[in-house]
Amino acid sequence: MDRPMENPVLSVRNLQIVLDNGGSPIQITDDVSFSIGRGEVLALVGESGSGKSVTALALMQLLAQNLKIARGEILLQTQSGSSVDIAKLGTRGKAIEAIRGARMGMIFQEPMSSFSPIHTIGAQIAEVVQIHESVSRQAARKRASDLLGQVGIPDPVGALDRYPAEFSGGMRQRAMIARALVCGPELLIADEPTTALDVTIQGQILELLRNLKKNLGMAILFITHDLGIVAQMADRVAVMYSGSIVESGPVREIFRNPTHPYTRALLEAVPRLGDLDRGRRIQPISGSMPNIYAVPPGCRFHPRCPVAQLPRCSDFAPPVFSKGEHVVACIHGERAFGP
Amino acid sequence: MSELLKVSNLSVKFPKLGKGFWAKPSGYVSAVDDVSFTIRQGETLGLVGESGSGKTTLGLSILLGVRPTSGRVHLRIGDQDIDLTGLSKHELRRARRHMQMIFQDPYASLNPRMTVRDIIAEPLIAGISDKRKLTRAEIDQRVAEVAEQCGLSRDQMKRFPHAFSGGQRQRIAIARALVLNPSLVVCDEPISSLDVSIQAQILNLLAELQTRLGLTYLFIAHDLAAVAYVCDRVAVMYLGQIVEMGRTRDVYYEPRHPYTEALMSAVPEPDPDAVTQPILLEGERPDPAHPPSGCRFHTRCVYATGICKTEVPMLRELSDGHSAACHHAATLKLRGARDLRSPAK
Repeated sequence: MDRPMENPVLSVRNLQIVLDNGGSPIQITDDVSFSIGRGEVLALVGESGSGKSVTALALMQLLAQNLKIARGEILLQTQSGSSVDIAKLGTRGKAIEAIRGARMGMIFQEPMSSFSPIHTIGAQIAEVVQIHESVSRQAARKRASDLLGQVGIPDPVGALDRYPAEFSGGMRQRAMIARALVCGPELLIADEPTTALDVTIQGQILELLRNLKKNLGMAILFITHDLGIVAQMADRVAVMYSGSIVESGPVREIFRNPTHPYTRALLEAVPRLGDLDRGRRIQPISGSMPNIYAVPPGCRFHPRCPVAQLPRCSDFAPPVFSKGEHVVACIHGERAFGP
Repeated sequence: MSELLKVSNLSVKFPKLGKGFWAKPSGYVSAVDDVSFTIRQGETLGLVGESGSGKTTLGLSILLGVRPTSGRVHLRIGDQDIDLTGLSKHELRRARRHMQMIFQDPYASLNPRMTVRDIIAEPLIAGISDKRKLTRAEIDQRVAEVAEQCGLSRDQMKRFPHAFSGGQRQRIAIARALVLNPSLVVCDEPISSLDVSIQAQILNLLAELQTRLGLTYLFIAHDLAAVAYVCDRVAVMYLGQIVEMGRTRDVYYEPRHPYTEALMSAVPEPDPDAVTQPILLEGERPDPAHPPSGCRFHTRCVYATGICKTEVPMLRELSDGHSAACHHAATLKLRGARDLRSPAK
C-alpha cells in the first residue's frame, strides 16, 4: 500500500499486529505499510477502532502485553545510513531503549495523564536527557528549559520547578512536546495531540508543530480523525479502515481525487464552515466500523460501501492500484486511474 | 412563531471552597453571568464556546437541573407561560416532561444494568403526570413507536447498552428524551464523542425529528461547523456571558465580536488549498473565578483599547436580531467564515 521512497526516516513494511485471544489470535492490523521522509508530515487518518493508535504504539514497541507484532518490519534509518528493524528489538532491552524517546519521540492525546503528577515538569524532561546521554543534572535542566522556551512556555526557567497540575491544558501539551523533542529525535509521533484541547488552543499547538517541522526538519507521523487538521498539516495522507490502509497519497491528491469509497464518504460526511449554503443535510456513512471479532471477509468496507460489487468485494481481498504516489486498495481503482 | 423559552438575566454561581474541610466558601465562581435569550417554537438555537465558558451549566440551569442563583426561566406549556424558577418541587416534576436533555457521552448516560426498553420507558413511569398509570402494553407500544422513529429496531429492545456502538447508544438516549413528547430538548454536545461518519447520522436524525415532531432545540456544541448545519440562530459564550447572538448566517458571515472571529478562524478547513488565516489568540482563557475587569475578553483581544479594560460592554442589538457585546462592534471590520478562507476552485 505504498510507493518506495528514497531515504525515508521510517519505513513500515507489511506490519501485522495480533491480539492474543487465548489460543486464537485476532488480527488488529493487516499489512500496514508506509514511509515518512525527512521533514515530512504523514497523517494517519481513521475513525476509532481503525488501528491507527495501535500502529503508532507498535512503532515505539509500546504495545500492551496481549498485543504483539506478528509480522512485518519497522525500519528506522540511523545517522550512519544503515537501518534498524524495530520490530525485531522486543519491548525491553538496551537496543529499543536507545531509540524510544531519543530517536523517536511521542506525544499523546491527554497531556494530564502522560505526566507524573508528583514530579516537576523540569525533572520529567531532564530525566529523559539523563537517561539517553551522559550529561550532568545541571546541563540536563538547562536543555529542558531551552526546550520549554522553544515551545513557547513563558518563563521557562521558572516552569522547571512547577508541577503538571499548575499548567493549563495547552501549556501541558507544549511541555509534552518539549519532552518528546529534548533529545532531538528524527521522528515525532503525534497521536491526536489536539483532540482534548479547545479550538483556539488547538490552533496554537498546530502552529507550533508546523514551525518545529520547518525549523528542525523533523518528520512527523500525525495521527488524527480530523480531516481539517489533515488538510492543514499533512504532506501525505494514509487513510486507515478496520486495520488496513485503504488509500494513501499526497494530501492534495487525496482531497481532490479521493478514490476509495471510504475516503470519499468520509470527506462527504464532514461539516464545513466555509459553505453554509450547502443546505442542512450532510451525507452520513451508513452502519458502523466492524467489530474486530467479526471482521467481514473480502474488502472490510464492503457492507457499508455504496458501490460494492458482490460477490467480488465480499469474496476477495481488494486489488491494489496506483498512479504515481497515489495508491488505493479497491476494485474501482482501475477505472479511476486508467489502465 | 411564538416564544417557547424565555431566559432572563440568568446567573449561576458556585461557591469556591476555602482551604480545609470546615472552611467557609472563599468567594464565588460565576459559571453563568446575566444571560438572557429566547428560543421560538420549532427553532434551534446553537450555544457555542470553549470548555469552561459555561454552556453546559447554562443548559442544565434552564432545565433547573442546577438551581440558578438569580434570573428567570419561562417555558410555554400549552397556552400557559410558566416561570420554572418559581415552581415547587412537585410542580417542577410535572413540568419536566415538556423539557428533556441529551447528554454528550452515551457511554456514561445509559444505565448498563437496564435493557434498552427499560431505559426508554423510564421517563414514562417516572414522569407521567396523569393520575392513571400506563399499562405495560401501552408503555411497550410507546417505546416501540419512539424507538422506530430514532432508527432502532424492535429486536434490539431486550438488549443491554454494552451491545451497542456509540452512535446507536446516542439513538437510545434520543429516544429516551423524546418518549414523553417534550417541546424543548437541550442537546449537550450530542455528537462530540462520536466518529465523523456517525456524527452525520445523528445530526441528520435530529434534523428529521425536529421537522417531524416540531421540536425546539438548544444545541450546545464546540464544533462550529456542525452548529452551522443544524442551528437557525447561534449564541457565542465566553467566560459565562453571551458575547454575540444572531442568525447563524449573520454570525458566521458577518461576526461582530472579535472572539467569534478568532473562534471561526481557528477551525481547520478540510481542504488543503484553503487559504486559512487563523487569528492566533494569545494565551488561554482566564480563570472564571477571577474574570478580567471591563470586557472579559480584553486580555486576549487583538483590538482591545483603553475602554475595554475598564468598562463592561453590554450585549446590544446592532442590526435586525444580531447583537454583540463589544465596545467597538460598530466600527470594527471583522472577517467571517467566508473571508477567512477562500478555497481555490
